[in-house]
Amino acid sequence: MSVTAHPTPAGTEEYQPVFVGATLEALGEILTRYPTRQAALLPALWLVQGARGWISDRNMAEVAEVLGLTPAYVKGVVTFYTMYHQHPVGRHFVQVCTTSPCNVCGAEDVVRALLEATGANELGATSPDGNWTVIEVECLGACGFATPILVNDDFIESVTPDKVPDLVRKYK
Amino acid sequence: MGYPHKPHPRETVVLSRHFGEADARTYKGWVKRGGYEVLAQALAMEPGRVTDIVKESGLRGRGGAGFPTGLKWSFMPKEKNKPHFLCVNADESEPGTFKDREIMRWTPHALLEGSAIAAHAIQAEVVYVYIRGEFTEPWDFMARALAEANDARVFGAIKIYLHRGAGAYICGEETALMNSIEGKRGNPRIKPPFPAAAGVFGMPTTINNVETLAAVPQILKHGAAWYKGLSLSSPKSTGTKLFSVCGHVQKPGNYEVTMGFPLKDLLYDLCGGMRPGRTLKACIPGGSSVPILNREETESCLLDYEGVVDKGSMLGSGGVIVFDDSTDMVYQIMRLARFYAHESCAQCTQCREGTAWTTKILERILSGRGTTADLDLLLDLSENMTGKTICVLSDSCAAPVVSGIKKFKSEFEDYIAGRRKPVMVA
Amino acid sequence: MSTELINLTVDDVPVSVPKGTLVIEAAKQAGVLVPHYCYHPGLPVAGVCRMCLVEIEKQPKLAIACATQVAEGMVVKTQSSAAKSARTGVLEFLLINHPLDCPICDQAGECELQDFTFQEGRPATRYSPVYAKRFNPVEDFGPDVLYVPNRCILCTRCVRFMEDVAKEPVLNVSERGDRAFIGIHPEARLDHPWAGNVVDLCPVGSLLSKDFLHKARAWELDKSASICTGCSQGCNITLDTREGVVVRVRPRPNLEVNRYFICDHGRMSYRWMNRGDRIEAPLVRRGGELHATDWDEALEAAATLLRGAARRGVVLASPRASTEALFFARELFRARGGDWRGAFQVVMGEEAALAAVPNLALRAERAPNARGAELLGYGRDYAAAVAAAETAAVLLVLDEPEIAGRTQGALIYAGTVLPAGGRGEAGGGGGGARDAQVVFPIANVAEEEGTFVNRDGRVQRYFQAKPTPGMARPAWWVFSELLAILGNGDGTEARVATAAAAFDRLASSVDAFRGLSYTHLGLAGVPASSTVPVPA
Ligand SMILES: Cc1cc2nc3c(=O)[nH]c(=O)nc-3n(C[C@H](O)[C@H](O)[C@H](O)COP(=O)(O)O)c2cc1C
Ligand code: SF4
Ligand code: SF4
Ligand code: SF4
Ligand code: FES
Ligand code: FES
Repeated sequence: MSVTAHPTPAGTEEYQPVFVGATLEALGEILTRYPTRQAALLPALWLVQGARGWISDRNMAEVAEVLGLTPAYVKGVVTFYTMYHQHPVGRHFVQVCTTSPCNVCGAEDVVRALLEATGANELGATSPDGNWTVIEVECLGACGFATPILVNDDFIESVTPDKVPDLVRKYK
Repeated sequence: MGYPHKPHPRETVVLSRHFGEADARTYKGWVKRGGYEVLAQALAMEPGRVTDIVKESGLRGRGGAGFPTGLKWSFMPKEKNKPHFLCVNADESEPGTFKDREIMRWTPHALLEGSAIAAHAIQAEVVYVYIRGEFTEPWDFMARALAEANDARVFGAIKIYLHRGAGAYICGEETALMNSIEGKRGNPRIKPPFPAAAGVFGMPTTINNVETLAAVPQILKHGAAWYKGLSLSSPKSTGTKLFSVCGHVQKPGNYEVTMGFPLKDLLYDLCGGMRPGRTLKACIPGGSSVPILNREETESCLLDYEGVVDKGSMLGSGGVIVFDDSTDMVYQIMRLARFYAHESCAQCTQCREGTAWTTKILERILSGRGTTADLDLLLDLSENMTGKTICVLSDSCAAPVVSGIKKFKSEFEDYIAGRRKPVMVA
Repeated sequence: MSTELINLTVDDVPVSVPKGTLVIEAAKQAGVLVPHYCYHPGLPVAGVCRMCLVEIEKQPKLAIACATQVAEGMVVKTQSSAAKSARTGVLEFLLINHPLDCPICDQAGECELQDFTFQEGRPATRYSPVYAKRFNPVEDFGPDVLYVPNRCILCTRCVRFMEDVAKEPVLNVSERGDRAFIGIHPEARLDHPWAGNVVDLCPVGSLLSKDFLHKARAWELDKSASICTGCSQGCNITLDTREGVVVRVRPRPNLEVNRYFICDHGRMSYRWMNRGDRIEAPLVRRGGELHATDWDEALEAAATLLRGAARRGVVLASPRASTEALFFARELFRARGGDWRGAFQVVMGEEAALAAVPNLALRAERAPNARGAELLGYGRDYAAAVAAAETAAVLLVLDEPEIAGRTQGALIYAGTVLPAGGRGEAGGGGGGARDAQVVFPIANVAEEEGTFVNRDGRVQRYFQAKPTPGMARPAWWVFSELLAILGNGDGTEARVATAAAAFDRLASSVDAFRGLSYTHLGLAGVPASSTVPVPA
């Protein structure tokens, strides 16, 4: 398998690799769990997203190099999984379930309340202060606790429109 | 029990007995509750003997397909000349289903213990627990429990690893899950080969649902006969089952009842019935992928594999979605179709294109611009999407559409005829 | 695959096929083409397009013919109403997001989506025109490949080729659901030496060759079986011509040589076949200048030269010349008991293997018939032959215009073009073709029938794809005529009328080819007798 070389494109600052120090060590430990290097791809992408907040094309090329894959292969995988961000997102990334079971319990009202309270205004857009991005997602696996939302890694159950302003304030 | 509610006297709490007890999450707390005793016994047993006990218990897969668990285990090669793997399906993403989450949140050790017993039975040295990416809290509890159990060296030579998904319902399909573990797109594989011959990393693999595995220590502890005796209706459905009830009931939550329990009692008795002034309109009894039941079918349905099939649906994952008379069925069916369109892995033509097209037609009907021909078209597309693809996601999209049009046709017609105000702009 | 045979019927036609055969291949043997998109015999099975659904008796669900293995007594029905309506459904789904821009699509006329839709599709779509179609801009994938995503049916053949055959996964399926498309990483290019195959593999007009872009409509093309001249691998190809011009080279399947593929070097090695600066008439030297003449005079002039002193001859031949031409060139001397020496020179380049196919590579030796020349006694010691030419009585140069061969004897040149510097112009004493006493205009590979012997000793035929320019004739004809004029060595003056007859002559006198004939070689070729050692 060939790994393409990645010279720094002219005019951009030098690429800072993710897999150095503790992150590289973490990956080393992860690699011991699987019989192939490729199997560490999802965990490696999580490490990148943890470090950088999103996964750029350059990051994908780095992951490819580290795991002996090609950048195109990695990109194909990244684009399959909706939790990997291919673009920068707000400091607080909010996922709201609007699938049927939550939908009948008022999930769409929760979305509206969140868009308003965060100032993000539009689904997928980032609020002017760069703090908030709100998206609708499909079932979060907590349908009995309508409406569940994820704020970054915090899983919050039973959100209703009236609880939204307080909730948003807590994250400011 | 109906966490977050107090156990109802009509529940049979086996798996959910310790839900709500934070202490049960710790290794010490689990041992105090008798945990890990049967694991030690099982590890000392012939693997085939463990499989036999599970076979005798009548335990069937709780992930959706209801395949007999012991039989599945027995498909694994007895002669070991390759590494064997166990995959634990904790991807729980089927709309309406949230039971595995509760098991992992409250009794992570039950799952770990069951997994280790299963691994022993199928002679697997490595177990991957595939937890959906959004389950941050269950992940933390599982990770902590695993670390403690590892420290206590309860798993013998068996290694258990957690693997985090990243947002893809389809990774709950067993072969997609294996691809995902391998660092690939979560595409279901064509079968054969079946996992027991060539699963994850091309090696013999068994995959089981969280709830299935969590039941295993109980079966070993109390015996196959005890488990088999837990059956209110069909002898082919045994044990207890966690039903996740959501939607329009007073007390949504997880309820554990014996197989064959009446759905009507679950909804009206355990879950407190409909909201005041509301009546039941429809119910999807097995997660969003199964046909919708109308009120009569719901109220006469017995909750076991056979009972739900009798009513024209399936037990599936046991996710019970309840719709009262305020529900716009057309809109909700559109939401479900949109779910499948969003989640289709894109391999099969019918699924990739059909789920999206179905959604567009439903959206158009909701915008007031549908035609009666659209209903025939939806049924015909659904026919073309059923039984023809690699996995059943395509069929799952068709199921609510077909049953919905059949049972709630007038609601579609109201939009088409302009009797109902459009709720979408298309 | 084992040798055990399995009996089944496909649409009531009984067939016996080896165990392990896929239903789709068994159907082929029964004369039934099961419509398909993702399946390709040169790629691992994907089973994703679901186009090849067929009914198999006693199976509850339709099965995909491309991933189902035959079983004893199996009854396959490709035309049952369930199977047909399932495929009609797939076609309808495939078309809902398709731009239906056949009038401007290069694939039109050779498009499997068009073909199967015509065969089994619905007369009209039920996809309302108010629904938006998927739209993605055209992408430049690599040096010769454009991707038109709107036409893509996501069969993944291209992805599998790069991943599983070329072993360089530079293409991917991106996104999922109906948002999916074929992607590439911004820092990568589809520039693998075998990448062009994705264009052939693509069943629709989604992957296009820039080289062929809007050059011709499929139905305007004439197709001729040929052999690639790009290297000694001898890949089987089809030359597509339009109005006598070669416009495209495509692989022609041959499981023994190139399976379904050709390399980009070979694919692009065709422009020279269309060169306009050809020698169009025989030339003879008169008063120090080359003058155009007719065949009779030129052949007579050459015969005179050969008669005079032909017993010490040197042949400097192109390893792109046909085996037949090489044979008769040698016979001009050898058949008449002369002392001859022949040599050829091969341009070398970098080797580039197609990773997953054993014994398939763009070979370092960039010539198609070096092995043929060797079997006929031509040597590789070119320098020695050039030196020997100095004192030879006759130097015959076969299509090597740039050779700086000098001779005190007579120089005869048979070629397609004259060396740079111009027709008949006296060069600065450069030697080679421009000093020839006689020049014969010959056909190039696209203009004649002939054979090459590839590096593994496989004798393979190529066919005429376009007319010869002017008075040019195949080199085998020129030399066989000359030989007949001189007397064939056996005292006869029998003429050779066809390439087939030329080959028969060769086969009857050279051990390595003994017993072979054009009929016998067919379209796939046959190994030359392997017991014959290569002459040192
Ligand atoms: C589209 C699709 C999604 C699925 N999702 C899940 C899931 O989230 N969890 C699960 O346990 N099984 C899921 N399944 C079922 C699994 O494929 C498999 O049958 C199950 O994990 C086997 O375990 P069991 O025998 O213990 O039920 C899904 C199946 C399909 C077709
Ligand atoms: S049915 Fe849908 S989800 Fe399943 S493999 Fe096919 S395209 Fe993927
Ligand atoms: S570009 Fe062509 S070969 Fe590749 S997936 Fe699309 S249709 Fe298939
Ligand atoms: S490998 Fe050689 S013979 Fe085959 S296509 Fe390439 S150049 Fe032509
Ligand atoms: S539908 Fe909202 S969490 Fe399941
Ligand atoms: S050709 Fe068989 S599924 Fe595509």
